[in-house]
Amino acid sequence: MDSRKGSSLFRSIDWVIVVLYLILVAFGWVSIYGASYDFGTTELLSWESRTGKQFVWILCSFGVGFVLLMLEDRLYDMLAFPSYVLMLLLLVATIFLAGDVKGSHSWLQFGPVSLQPAEFAKCTTALALAKYMSTYGFSMRNPQQCAKMAAIILIPIVLIIAQRETGSALVYLSFLLMLYREGMPGAILYSGFCAVVYFVVSIRFGSLYFPDGATPVGPFAMLLTVPLSAIGMIMVYLPERKSVARTILLASAAALLLGAGVDYFVHFNLNYVLLGLCGLILLYLAYNWLAERSYRYLLIGGFVLGSAVFVYSADYLFNSALEEHQQTRIRVLLGMEDDPTGAGYNVKQSMIAIGSGGLSGKGFLNGTQTKLKYVPEQATDFIFCTVGEEEGFIGSSAVLVLFLALILRIIALAERQTHAFGRIYGYCVASVFIFHLLINVGMVLGLTPVIGIPLPFFSYGGSSLWGFTLLLFIFLRIDAGRERR
Amino acid sequence: MEESHQYEGRKFVIGGFVVVVVLIYMVRLFVLQISTDDYKKNAASNALLKRVEYPSRGIIYDRAGRLLVYNQPMYDVMLVVSEMKGLDTLDFCRTVKITREEFDQRMAEMKNRNANPGYSPYTQQLFLSMLTAEECGVLQEKLFKFHGFYVRQRNIRQYGSTLASHLLGDVGEISQKELDRDTLDYYAAGDYVGKAGVERYYEEELRGTKGVKILLRDVRGRIKGQYMGGQYDQKPIPGKNLTLTIDSALQALGERLMQHKIGAIVAIEPATGEILCMVSSPTYDLREMSGKQRRKTFSRLFLDPHKPLYNRAVQGVYPPGSTFKAAQGLVYLEEGIVNTSTLYPCPHGFRLGRLKVGCHGHASPISVVPALSTSCNAYFCWGLYYMMRHKQYPDADSALTVWKDHMVSMGFGYRLGTDLPEEVRGFIPNASFYDKRYGKGRWTGATIIHIGIGQAEIGLTPLQIANLGATIANRGYFITPHLARRIEGGTIEERYRTPRHTSVRPEYYDIVRQGMRSAAIGGTCHFLNTMPELQACGKTGTAQNKGRDHGAFMGFAPMENPKIAIAVYVENGGFGATFAVPIGGLLMQQYLQGKLSERNEAVAERISNTVIHYGLQER
Repeated sequence: MDSRKGSSLFRSIDWVIVVLYLILVAFGWVSIYGASYDFGTTELLSWESRTGKQFVWILCSFGVGFVLLMLEDRLYDMLAFPSYVLMLLLLVATIFLAGDVKGSHSWLQFGPVSLQPAEFAKCTTALALAKYMSTYGFSMRNPQQCAKMAAIILIPIVLIIAQRETGSALVYLSFLLMLYREGMPGAILYSGFCAVVYFVVSIRFGSLYFPDGATPVGPFAMLLTVPLSAIGMIMVYLPERKSVARTILLASAAALLLGAGVDYFVHFNLNYVLLGLCGLILLYLAYNWLAERSYRYLLIGGFVLGSAVFVYSADYLFNSALEEHQQTRIRVLLGMEDDPTGAGYNVKQSMIAIGSGGLSGKGFLNGTQTKLKYVPEQATDFIFCTVGEEEGFIGSSAVLVLFLALILRIIALAERQTHAFGRIYGYCVASVFIFHLLINVGMVLGLTPVIGIPLPFFSYGGSSLWGFTLLLFIFLRIDAGRERR
Repeated sequence: MEESHQYEGRKFVIGGFVVVVVLIYMVRLFVLQISTDDYKKNAASNALLKRVEYPSRGIIYDRAGRLLVYNQPMYDVMLVVSEMKGLDTLDFCRTVKITREEFDQRMAEMKNRNANPGYSPYTQQLFLSMLTAEECGVLQEKLFKFHGFYVRQRNIRQYGSTLASHLLGDVGEISQKELDRDTLDYYAAGDYVGKAGVERYYEEELRGTKGVKILLRDVRGRIKGQYMGGQYDQKPIPGKNLTLTIDSALQALGERLMQHKIGAIVAIEPATGEILCMVSSPTYDLREMSGKQRRKTFSRLFLDPHKPLYNRAVQGVYPPGSTFKAAQGLVYLEEGIVNTSTLYPCPHGFRLGRLKVGCHGHASPISVVPALSTSCNAYFCWGLYYMMRHKQYPDADSALTVWKDHMVSMGFGYRLGTDLPEEVRGFIPNASFYDKRYGKGRWTGATIIHIGIGQAEIGLTPLQIANLGATIANRGYFITPHLARRIEGGTIEERYRTPRHTSVRPEYYDIVRQGMRSAAIGGTCHFLNTMPELQACGKTGTAQNKGRDHGAFMGFAPMENPKIAIAVYVENGGFGATFAVPIGGLLMQQYLQGKLSERNEAVAERISNTVIHYGLQER
């Protein structure tokens, strides 16, 4: 290794990300110190305390980061598949070897240290995806290739669910963002978004009725969006067939007016009108498909049918597919149930802790709610509470802005890659960070369901810190080598 | 490659999504942290435990600085249920001397959230209260075996002697009524307050100020240290010590002389209004009213037909009998009804038509000084009779109003304002009282003749009688009698330092003093003549009663520059000279000479051992 190479590497590393990383890790360590500080005890770096352990994890992750930067960037390309396969084997082994930690079988014990392979699998999966999708001739239009790509994502999900780590498994869904960037139709993300909205609104307002006494509000509002979505899709995907959209719009307006008029005299469930309307739209789309042979009509029709079915099966899904505690969590989140000692307790206490921080916080180590253990999991999943309580609005906003800067920077770096491998991998990294930020902070703020995933660089734990370091620094190394490709 | 450029615009969608999410979260943070205070309050009630620190109650001394009331540590046994494990219940019960049943009952009471709303298995709960140091010592040796049990120290009142129970008063747990009256919200349920006597009157001085320690409490109720290093804590301010005007030796003699009798003694230092002794008999032992036994003792005393809880010195309203003649004489002289040479006849009593008030044998007619000395009933009846029909007043109503105003100026008919919450006002009738009873203009001096000799409607407390003595000793003024001599770090009230002048001129007091002096030398108070060196003045009183007469004495000594004024009232004590005069004389000697003469010691012993039998009638 000659000195010229070293200095050029030094120059081509993106120092913005390195600095953001260092700031976040330092902020995170301070927060863990605050969260695990027990009034009256002072040992700072003792191996016994979480603070001391985390300090060691941080030093190790610096070492990992340094080594990753020193390796040849081609190595990541080369090792993508082997490491993915190796990781799958490790995940399978974990299912059988891991002991029970709070119901989860995802921790492997190595003497005093326990590791969670699922945290590292994100990285290997991202590498494998990037590798596969950047191979010459890959196209998302090819169903066979698409299936293989989906398998790369789904296998680790299945294995991690088998370890009873549903939260970590959901993280892999974030790769949809990367797929969207790589050309996946936006309609898929839109459908996913609609599914969540249908689900939430149907559950939340399913038992609320309009003044006519016969029409439940939730399904009505959702079914109403279906023709609108269909019209929007026709405008986007069949821009030359605006007349079809216009016909659907007119038919919808007419059906609604008719329904409302009849309902004025005889109260009945208006949703039947909307369902009938959906049926008419389906027939109309089928007719167009037969006439023009454009598969896009079929896809739009599928969306309409799927929406109607999903709106009506949300209740059933909620009651049968989700476990009791998950149902309660969702009901509490939607404000349908008050359960301050059970499922609502964590979120309520975390909101109290954050809310009591005020503008500038109570000051470092002065947080009472987190120190006195009112907030559960305060050093791990609920670490953001400590920031909120001790550093206030200013501190917690600063953390959010730092994450925003990091994610936007990763996106920017991904876009400047000259090779698809780097870009895809970069988007994978960004997607993982976006998902963790969205879910973890949302959960602490009482906006998303309680899903136990860590806040990157903040939550206590070596596995998650190393996992994120691995993700980020491999990307940095790939980015540093982009010129030579 | 081209395909990837086709979708490059989507980076803005993804980036925009992240920006929107972060903005939503920042708005949410703003709502939680800045726009509402609810979470701050919620957090404070979560985590901050305000623990009250009790100040020590002020100590009470007598005028010589001897301890009357002080504090003694007692021990409460506290229990943290969650820490209790492997308890040898039998051993524990033996150690604290309770039965297994009591143990179970106490445990159930403690865990009952209705009776004990603050119950938590993670914090200390009161399990047994008020163990003595000895009892606690035994427990403390074994405490290591009883996991979850703790000992908490707490002060209770202890007493230097059995003296002066009534005026000291007891201390007990605050009642709901008292809590309701506490508008400043100083007290909390379970606090101890003065229930009677100076303990109650000087409650605010004696109690001090509670402090507060703000502690951090974790989610399980365990204490994890001080909030902000204790900078918001307030230290308790100890109560002020109180020095009373009471002379313990005099008080002891008074209580000794009054034993087996019902009645009261009050002695006042005329120059200062300081109460030197205040005896109410029967009395009780305050030590039995402290700590664990209070409830039991209280109900026993409360039900006792002789009413030992009653402070007769300020709560007993008695007809003053002949001691009142001194006050009557002063009014007649001031109003010019009589002068020193006015003579009234006394043919063994006052006779007017069919009205007769008997008297005993003495020279007749008689003037004011010998009338006081021999306690002539007729003289004071004639005086009242003539005053009520005197032409200087338009009618008897206005005459009585003038009379009443003089009496009120001497401290009768209203509370004197001494520092005892129990004090009552007594009774001095006014014109409308008789108008209501007999009809306006339908009564004369003859109708109400018995008030002339301190009988019938007149009701005075022994304190008011003693104060009359002090006023005569001072030639026309008194300082409101009081028990507080010094309040450490405070001052006694203004009214206990300011003379109150009566509406009778000093020269008339000189005449009454002569009468009382001659009563001591050659009149009804002949016991006083056995101690000529005391220069005592006195007036006996014998108040007619359904049963045996009440005996009374009012006097002061020495005549010049008086040091002590006394009132003695012995229920059913017969003629005043039998018990009341000797008791008054003995107390005078004790106070002025510091001890009793050998001969008087024998008298004291005899009086002390004399039992007056009282029926169990309502008293």
